[in-house]
Amino acid sequence: MRVANYGFLLTNLILRDFRVRYRNMSLGVFWSVLNPLVMMAVLTFIFTRIFVAGGIRDFHVFVLCGIIPFNFFAIAWASGTMSVFQNSGLVKRVVLPREIVPLSTVLANCIHFLIQIGLLVTVVLVSGYPVNAYWALLPAVFALEVVFVCGLSLITSALDVYFRDVRYVVESANTVLFWMVPIFYSLAIVPAQFHALYQYNPIAAVVLACRNILIDGMAPPPALLYKLFFVSTLFLTLGLLVYGRLKRRFADYL
Amino acid sequence: MSIVRLESVSKTYSRKVTRQFVKTYLSGRFRPAHQERFYALKQVSLELREGDSLAVLGPNGAGKSTLLSLVAGLSWPDEGRVVVAGRVAALLELGSGFHPDLTGAENVRLNAALLGFSRRRTREKFDEIVEFSGIGEFIAEPLRTYSAGMVMRLAFAVAAAVDPDILLIDEVLAVGDQAFQHKCMRKIQQLKEKGRVLICTSHVMETLRGLCTRAIWLDHGQVRGEGAADELIAAFEAAAGSAPLQ
Repeated sequence: MRVANYGFLLTNLILRDFRVRYRNMSLGVFWSVLNPLVMMAVLTFIFTRIFVAGGIRDFHVFVLCGIIPFNFFAIAWASGTMSVFQNSGLVKRVVLPREIVPLSTVLANCIHFLIQIGLLVTVVLVSGYPVNAYWALLPAVFALEVVFVCGLSLITSALDVYFRDVRYVVESANTVLFWMVPIFYSLAIVPAQFHALYQYNPIAAVVLACRNILIDGMAPPPALLYKLFFVSTLFLTLGLLVYGRLKRRFADYL
Repeated sequence: MSIVRLESVSKTYSRKVTRQFVKTYLSGRFRPAHQERFYALKQVSLELREGDSLAVLGPNGAGKSTLLSLVAGLSWPDEGRVVVAGRVAALLELGSGFHPDLTGAENVRLNAALLGFSRRRTREKFDEIVEFSGIGEFIAEPLRTYSAGMVMRLAFAVAAAVDPDILLIDEVLAVGDQAFQHKCMRKIQQLKEKGRVLICTSHVMETLRGLCTRAIWLDHGQVRGEGAADELIAAFEAAAGSAPLQ
């Protein structure tokens, strides 16, 4: 398939997911904004009134920098994992480059991610943090997160065809990661021996980089960005390899 | 030049469909795995040239759909080789690329993209597809409001617009009404005249007689007969004990 046609197909699949999701809703895209705001309010209430985390200024901005990258990751990964199974009609009966199925599902989630990033930027500006030169790094940081989710979803969606347990593994992993990503605490309180665990976890790295740029007004440490780049591209490569091997027998197992 | 060639192709499936990873893994450790496999297709060879039209005959479970999905490139053979030269359009199941919540028009664009159309080609062909389908103003309605016949008409209209080198049709023609079936026949006839290859299954022998010149008869995955469509269909009908239709 030619590259332009591949792009056309990708666009159509993304549009399909987006339309189907919103056609029968009255509030539509508003949900993309409401959900992180509710999470932000709840976590801010808990950690500034009940279980007080000291030393963090503007906790709502701090926590939103964690919620938005994490939410995208969790939802996109879960739906990416289910995508091949859910599109079994396409995979079994239509000749198409099969990689496009999980990729389009993850990218359809990016529309919400973009809206939520808009929300994050708005909250940051309203809270009095100025725009700085490092904002130019944000698109690259978020793009690397998308690359990581694509790679991960290619692997888990292919495995899920063979073993339907995989979707529950992903679900549990997401719950674990909510605690293992510094969403409502800062890296400063994490003992140094565990720092590698955070730096090599692309989602944690994205959250840390976001806070550096948006709140601290400084560039993220280069080592953090290198690790983010390295792990994300590694997973995408791995994902394409694994998927390429497993996709041949999809039609027999769906 | 041969467009489709199958060289002693076999396709097997594992009898145990639900594989339990841990169980399989552990049992494989302790005793040699003896997987029961059955042949969906066994040692099938076939060659189709430009303008050939092949009817695939056989009872349910004979391997007809497996044969089509191998030619389409949707699954891979376990033994042998499948060589396909050209672009395949497959109508294997009614509206498999369609989504019930999208409108007819949105589904046309989605399916055109799925069949490998470019953006421009989709725009150029759009009116022609809608016109051919005869859906009319319903094209702006969601697909879930369509009848089975309407879905099939839309699916066929998109596939025909692809102008494929190889057209695969599995059963689906049966749901269209008489007038539309004639329209499909004419379209398929045109494709054949252009040297395109057609592979078709149906339980309606009359349709196959009208469309195909050659036939292959599958039974439990093996070729039971091959030859001119008229003769083989007659033999198949005699064996099945069914009186010829009409």
